[in-house]
Amino acid sequence: MAGYILRRILYGVLILVGVNLLTFVLFFTISTPDDMARLNIGGKYISQQQIDAWKVQHGYNKALLWNEKAGGTEKFTDTVFWERSVRLFALDFGASDTGRDIGHEIATRIGPSVALQIPVFALTIFISVVFSLAMVFFRGSPLDFWGVVLTVVLLSISSLFYIIAGQFAFSKLMRVVPISGFADGLGLIKFLVLPVAISLVARLGYDARLYRAMFLEELSRDYVRTARAKGLTEQVVLFKHVLRNALIPVITNIFTIFPVLFLGSVVFESFFGIPGLGSYTIEAIGQQDFAVVRAMVFLGAILYVVGYVLADIAYTVADPRVRLA
Amino acid sequence: MNDPASNSRPRGFFIRHPSRFACLAMLGGLAGCGVPNNPNPPGSEATNTYFTATQESSPKYLDPTSSYSSNETPIVFSVYEPPLRYNYLKRPYVLEGRAAEAVPVPHYYDKEGRELAADTPGEQVAESVYDVKIRKGILYAPHPAFAKNADGSFVYGKLRKSDVSGKFALSDFPKTGTRELVADDFVYAIKRIATTRVKSSIFSVMGDYIVGMKDYAKRVRQVDDKLREGIPATERDLPFLDFRTIPFEGATALDDHTVRIRVVGKYPQFKYWLAMTFFAPIPWEAEAFYAQPGMIENNLSLNYWPAGTGAYMSTEYIENRRHTLVRNPNFRGEPYPCEGEPQDKAAGLLAACGKMMPFIDKVVMRIEKERLPMKSKWRQGYLDEPDMDHLTWGLEFGNEARDSDATAREFAQKGFRFPRTVEATNWYIGFNWLDPTVGKGKTAADLDRNRKLRQALQIAVDWEEYSDLFESQGKAGPAATGPLPPPVFGFRTGKEGFDPIAYEWKDEGGANGRGGHAVRKPLAVAQKLMEEAGYPGGRDAKSGQPLTLNYDYQRVPTPELRAEIDWVIKQFGKLGVQLELRATDYNRFQDKMNSGSAQIFWWGWNADYPDAENFLFLLYGPNSKALTKGQGENAANYQNADYDRLYEKLRYLDDGPEKQATIDKMVTIVRRDSPWLWGYNPYAVGSYQPWTANAKPTQMARDIFQYRAIDPAMRAELVRQWNPAHFWPLWVIAFGFLLALWPAWRAFKARERTNALGAQVPVSASTTGNA
Repeated sequence: MAGYILRRILYGVLILVGVNLLTFVLFFTISTPDDMARLNIGGKYISQQQIDAWKVQHGYNKALLWNEKAGGTEKFTDTVFWERSVRLFALDFGASDTGRDIGHEIATRIGPSVALQIPVFALTIFISVVFSLAMVFFRGSPLDFWGVVLTVVLLSISSLFYIIAGQFAFSKLMRVVPISGFADGLGLIKFLVLPVAISLVARLGYDARLYRAMFLEELSRDYVRTARAKGLTEQVVLFKHVLRNALIPVITNIFTIFPVLFLGSVVFESFFGIPGLGSYTIEAIGQQDFAVVRAMVFLGAILYVVGYVLADIAYTVADPRVRLA
Repeated sequence: MNDPASNSRPRGFFIRHPSRFACLAMLGGLAGCGVPNNPNPPGSEATNTYFTATQESSPKYLDPTSSYSSNETPIVFSVYEPPLRYNYLKRPYVLEGRAAEAVPVPHYYDKEGRELAADTPGEQVAESVYDVKIRKGILYAPHPAFAKNADGSFVYGKLRKSDVSGKFALSDFPKTGTRELVADDFVYAIKRIATTRVKSSIFSVMGDYIVGMKDYAKRVRQVDDKLREGIPATERDLPFLDFRTIPFEGATALDDHTVRIRVVGKYPQFKYWLAMTFFAPIPWEAEAFYAQPGMIENNLSLNYWPAGTGAYMSTEYIENRRHTLVRNPNFRGEPYPCEGEPQDKAAGLLAACGKMMPFIDKVVMRIEKERLPMKSKWRQGYLDEPDMDHLTWGLEFGNEARDSDATAREFAQKGFRFPRTVEATNWYIGFNWLDPTVGKGKTAADLDRNRKLRQALQIAVDWEEYSDLFESQGKAGPAATGPLPPPVFGFRTGKEGFDPIAYEWKDEGGANGRGGHAVRKPLAVAQKLMEEAGYPGGRDAKSGQPLTLNYDYQRVPTPELRAEIDWVIKQFGKLGVQLELRATDYNRFQDKMNSGSAQIFWWGWNADYPDAENFLFLLYGPNSKALTKGQGENAANYQNADYDRLYEKLRYLDDGPEKQATIDKMVTIVRRDSPWLWGYNPYAVGSYQPWTANAKPTQMARDIFQYRAIDPAMRAELVRQWNPAHFWPLWVIAFGFLLALWPAWRAFKARERTNALGAQVPVSASTTGNA
């Protein structure tokens, strides 16, 4: 297994190089260093000298990907891409284009993102699995039918609608929670109740329907018939045998959203005023802060690679027949 | 959590107050259940704290040399004290002393250094000298840069990088100190305009006006280059660039409380710059403190942690989340003004006359990214002011009240106030003078033909309709009749001020114009002008092809903007002109403007200072954007030799009859040429709670917080009344959930009793069987 993980990590490095290159090319396709300078300096009366000085101070005065004027390897290394990328692989995110320390910002903002996403993550898995197993238990009955209808309705509605409707109902009409905001310590609970509940409802339809399909597929297996033939109750068949054997696709789905645990949700953090990494990323995109965008994309790619390695390891735990080699 | 009632909670509380029990149960008792939807700390509504917000992101620059944007200035002007300020209540705006004792009167000198009379023509003045008298006894707010040991050395004067590790806020440096403000601090700030280290917002302007500023900048660069020797260009941890060691002839301290500033030629508008943050004092100790190793990497700089003498000091900077200002304990206090506009007394704005400011202890500014939550919080009473930098929310609220009787009743019951004024701002549609179709053209015939086309459009585009339609989006105001907005000297109203190109005067109230009003000319007049221009019915008379023009827009249109753009297209369509939209992002738009390749464009101007010169220079030929490669502000690239001559005369004139006459001539020229469709001058509308006092909308006087006052007891009571929590729907939801479980439970039990053949087995038989 160690060899397999090492190999996956090496693949991961290649993915990171590719992601970094793609981010770089895409960003500078729509934005030039002069644009970035102008936006970052801001205000009236910006002179070309100020723009040039900003580019020098921020290292954007070099060739982007290929330096024709340099010789030898410097054609590649004396570029914005090389200088910015090498530091990233040492996890040195440096300063944002506005001059703030990115590492400190990430350390500060990861807490609010995790505070929102961990309960969403745990509750979504638990409730989706229980709800889908309940639908499977009552398969073919009116309860199953109405359960499916409910999931289809839930997944057909945009999360934006849930957010606006939730804020209107619970904050404006009932006035039981704040409409948005954030606090430190235990005070944050009242700010998280609504976004967590809405996130849960927004994801429930998709997840429960997906899991139901997986569990139903498992029900047609021979081992299920054997379990029933042994006289096991349906609850035991579902919650012990089917659930365990259906875990692999569930795990895949869970680890797909693993990076979101740390990187946060752009939409929810914006609407609920949660100062997490999701809102940090969207702010950086809005301000054309390449240093932050690149750092966040890179961090996201690392988390995806880590998530998939963890998923592979989890497969071996869920199903002993799986061998990583 | 801090509910004072919790200690005296009697027995049986949960039984007698099920809703509160539900609240405590659901939220773990952590929410301050008195008003559970309160986003502010529990109990803070009863404190002397002013809650406000700003949209989208944190202020970018709190460094007074760099700061310029409207979301920065309320903070910067609260912390720093420039020499002058605008009177908070008087309109038109009047300058008065702030850190300075009074508005300085310049002395004029010729080339030989001989003093000239005050009324000497501006062309003969070689230099203006401003001697600014600084008030005595002004102290800086507590700051670690001033903290000293018993031996007089600075406590934090020789920090190593390791000493700064883990410190990200000023509160991480427990010792603070202060000292008196001296003239050298102003000199230091003026020298710093030539800085090579941070953004200097007005160097390109002051370089032309302050004696020796451009040469000084070269000397600063030489010193800085020496300091940077061997240090990579991208390194942010740089040695202290001490402006005290680089002498400057343009600004000097005559004594501890007199600053001398030398200005090239005569520049009457210079006094307005003295009311801006670029001239606010900067203590060298603060810059030396922040220049120590590791500081900049930990976001410790003047840009985030200002050091000033104003009524407030910045104690919290959490980027894109929250900023906090706290009353400066060393602030001397200033009396609230006793004079204002005639209507100010009735509005209660003079009630605090003579009382010492500031009134508020703490100002909390949150970053609200979404409009809806911000508006809701204001309506719920959790924000004392919805947005400190945009005075457009009142228009939206007013529009909502007009659309809904229930909302109007709510606003009236709650006592919300929406005072409005017109500020020194404009939005207009510009024609590129370099364009052959809508600009000057190549020949005199072209010039005449194109002028008629622009005049026709001036009549057709109905800005009164625009204001009615887009008020709900905060875009409304009186239609402009020229380049000047109402609150500046030179703007004329009534019959003297109407635009005779687009309007005609109706003498309904008498021949002298009193009671009369201007009416937009009928469309037929515009159609006739189109014919004369060679575009009958909007088609080229020679080719028969429809006239198609390009409209460059500075943003990718959102659905909201799309309605506005469609409206413009429809207005041009009234004359048969087809307007093609060329929307792009702001950077591309700026490139087009700088290269002069846009044809028709949407643009606006927010005045630096309330003087006609600051608007009329927008049409001054040498300021053309295309000719200056983006350095000028004449976005239309308009050229008119007569206008330019008058402008050159105007900039030397003080307010008075001669200036008024010159302005009148200039306005007449540009009205005839119509290089802009004049657009509108937006309203600035405040949104104030009933417990807020001394609030008057202004975008020019930015030291607003020290004037504000609130009644915390009234706020606490009203917030409680406005936000009664209704927990019963939660019970209904819980009951509904249980009700939904009931058939599932029944089905489960039924299934338990079903045998392999699908038949129901009685419970007793089943039990017996199992046994």
